[in-house]
Amino acid sequence: MKQYFSELFTGGMSLVEGLGVTMKALFMPIVTVQYPREEIDISPSFRGHIDLILDPEKNSYRCITCGMCEKNCPSNCITVKGEKLEGQKKKSLVLFDLDFTKCSLCGTCVEICPVNALEYSKEYNLAAFSREAFHYDILKRLEERIK
Amino acid sequence: METISTLPPELIRMVISAIIVITFLFLNAIMMGYAERKIAGHVQRRPGPMEVGSHGILQMIIDGIKLVAKELIIPFNVDRTLFRVAPLLSFTPVILPFLVIPFSEKLQARDLNMGLIFIVTMGSVNVMACLVGGWGSNNKYSMFGAMRAVAQAISYEVPILLSILAVILMCNTFSLKGIVGAQQKIWFVFLQPVAFLIYVVAGLAETNRAPFDLPEAESELTAGFHTEYSGMGFSLFFLGEYTNMFIVASVATVLFLGGWHGPHLPYGEYLGVVWFLLKVYFLLFLMIMVRWTYPRVRFDQLLNFSWKYLVPFSLANLLITAVVVKL
Amino acid sequence: MLESEYQEQNRFFLNMGPQHPSTHGVLLIVLEMNGEYVLDPQPVLGFIHRMHEKMGESRPCPGFMPNTGRMDYVCALPYNHGYVSLIERKAGIEVPERAEYIRVITSELNRIASHLLWLGAYLLDLGAFTPILYGFDDREHILDILESVTGSRLTYSYYRFGGVCQDIDEKFVERTRAFIKRLRKRYGIYEKLVTKNIIFIKRTENIGIVSPDMALRYGMTGPNLRGSGISYDIRKNEPYSVYPEFDFEVPVGRQGDCLDRYMVRVREIEQCLRIIEQALDRLPEGPIRSKVPKNIKLSPGDCNFAVEAARGELSYYLIGDGTSTPYRLKVRVPSYSNLSCLPELGRGILLPDLVSILGSFDLVIPEIDR
Ligand code: SF4
Ligand code: SF4
Repeated sequence: MKQYFSELFTGGMSLVEGLGVTMKALFMPIVTVQYPREEIDISPSFRGHIDLILDPEKNSYRCITCGMCEKNCPSNCITVKGEKLEGQKKKSLVLFDLDFTKCSLCGTCVEICPVNALEYSKEYNLAAFSREAFHYDILKRLEERIK
Repeated sequence: METISTLPPELIRMVISAIIVITFLFLNAIMMGYAERKIAGHVQRRPGPMEVGSHGILQMIIDGIKLVAKELIIPFNVDRTLFRVAPLLSFTPVILPFLVIPFSEKLQARDLNMGLIFIVTMGSVNVMACLVGGWGSNNKYSMFGAMRAVAQAISYEVPILLSILAVILMCNTFSLKGIVGAQQKIWFVFLQPVAFLIYVVAGLAETNRAPFDLPEAESELTAGFHTEYSGMGFSLFFLGEYTNMFIVASVATVLFLGGWHGPHLPYGEYLGVVWFLLKVYFLLFLMIMVRWTYPRVRFDQLLNFSWKYLVPFSLANLLITAVVVKL
Repeated sequence: MLESEYQEQNRFFLNMGPQHPSTHGVLLIVLEMNGEYVLDPQPVLGFIHRMHEKMGESRPCPGFMPNTGRMDYVCALPYNHGYVSLIERKAGIEVPERAEYIRVITSELNRIASHLLWLGAYLLDLGAFTPILYGFDDREHILDILESVTGSRLTYSYYRFGGVCQDIDEKFVERTRAFIKRLRKRYGIYEKLVTKNIIFIKRTENIGIVSPDMALRYGMTGPNLRGSGISYDIRKNEPYSVYPEFDFEVPVGRQGDCLDRYMVRVREIEQCLRIIEQALDRLPEGPIRSKVPKNIKLSPGDCNFAVEAARGELSYYLIGDGTSTPYRLKVRVPSYSNLSCLPELGRGILLPDLVSILGSFDLVIPEIDR
């Protein structure tokens, strides 16, 4: 009998306490960010898809088309092609493709590059209607930035 | 003009009140839906609907339009008649109690001298909708929901009636107007706190609101008895639920919180409705808060709770009331 | 009619899942039921099988790193940890001390995040909507902190053979300390809203009792095993990394019901905080990555490494054949063993209890299916 009442009492009290917590929360400021209208700064080490670094001295990429990133990518999503253009000693980049649908953002390519030619972009607003839209032409992106 | 004057005035009165009631009912559901989502949002420290209209105020209207525009999918192998009847069954009986609810001294469609019994009866028809819908859906989850709804309703009608009876003993009338009138001096909540608590708890269960939302327990039964419903079928259940909540809250107001009584207002016999609605929406607010705070009980615990706590307490309360009234 | 005959006639099957709100992912449980009583629940796995082990066997060992974080996406860092430690043990790679400290700090943060998410999801199973958002609120702080070093928020691949890929800075330490303070302040909320709540207690106490014997028989590990009263934690019993240097307790339950499993996890959060605090205090200076040969050769022979993930013992087993690609890679995931006791445990209980038990195991289905 005693237990019967004590259970009712403690149980009831616990329910009231719980209600107290939510009541208090009701009048506290909200913590979410209204995304499309407000944005928070992303952290500097955020990993978006990869991008070629724009070397300010050369005003161009640093890549030497060695193909290390292509070879070491666990998801096989990079395609690099270099050609020796006329009148140049070194190979220059003609194609740098990233198949972002497969990329696992592991960072191997960025770390393995011998001349530090790659970086992570800060893009996170990525949405499209087709897979092909995620096949990025990284070289073209760089050229656009140069302009 | 002539045709109108030849019609019996009583009929005109009924038609007008029916129109008002149905309008109010939709309005109430929209408001409640919006309030529920906003309160849920702020309880969880997020803003709730924000997109449609300022602070999402038009969200529910848009949702309503969406629901109406949707196809009512009737799954293969369901019992077609029952499947279609169920939403109507959940919606119709909840309109009728509005006829007898005294919003203020003069705002009442009809003052039946059996008003309270009428409301309680209509309230229990509601469970038929769950049963019919769940049975007709030909889905095991729906079936579970239906069975739970029935078990729950049967065991919760008892404490509701017993707690109401305690009030009836005190004021000797079933007419809602009479009951409110008897609370001129003091609200019954102060004389009958136990009955009030029991009524509110049992009312929560009666309306299938969390923590007693077993018939539609979404983490167990996906959506319970309305799993298979879409479009308007679903929204009628939804309307039914909110209206039912409103009725339970207004009965609680009438029985315990002194109905339209409150500080004096000009045109008190009409404007009493302000106090009435304030009290009702306060109760509804509590119901919403409860939903967003507690986990769901298990259904055998629910029945245990009813028979082990609510029924004995309400019986004891009734007994004491009877003795005190007699003295 | 005989009772048994009656039971026989009223049996029916119910498919719970693969799309059911409380199976947390694509798990199908075929329930043989009688009314609302579950007679025989049989989990059916394999809906989200992605051949992770095979992938590990078909590429040089660094290439498997990103996969580890995707097996258990809720608690990815211990998975990273297990794999890098495995290769380090196999190839005899030294790890600088600072790197080990960083690994411990981030792993423990991740463990807390996982427990918080579980807490919310469990309460959602029991029908309470709000705790999950409070859990998310706290978890978001952890994810922010982890994002600032790992660069991602969920499927980390942060550890590297011989260290970690990015150093932590003052800001990280500061934020972590602030977070520890914040979380300790929030205990009260969880306690009032959940732990003490009578409905919650009624839904979990004495439900799904896993006896110590049963837990051992099915090879359960992690909080589920500790809930049954057996104090077994890889961090203590088979210490790896720098865990022996820290002072922390292994919370155990009394009888192995859902409430015990809940309490163990909640108390574990506090222990994680203690570990993080100590690690932050003693954080040594130094390099974060040792020199690792470009082409790691996995010598012939096998090797095993176990770590304590948020859900229990995670162990990697590898057979090398002299190349840099593993000949065989086997991952022993905790959730698989934890789930396997369900058919025995779930006999003759009510459907809502089954949901409660299932939730209390803290299953991550992609981890089971791999
Ligand atoms: S981040 Fe990893 S998966 Fe993505 S392109 Fe680079 S190496 Fe490949
Ligand atoms: S590793 Fe670096 S230099 Fe070599 S191809 Fe890739 S981006 Fe260019």
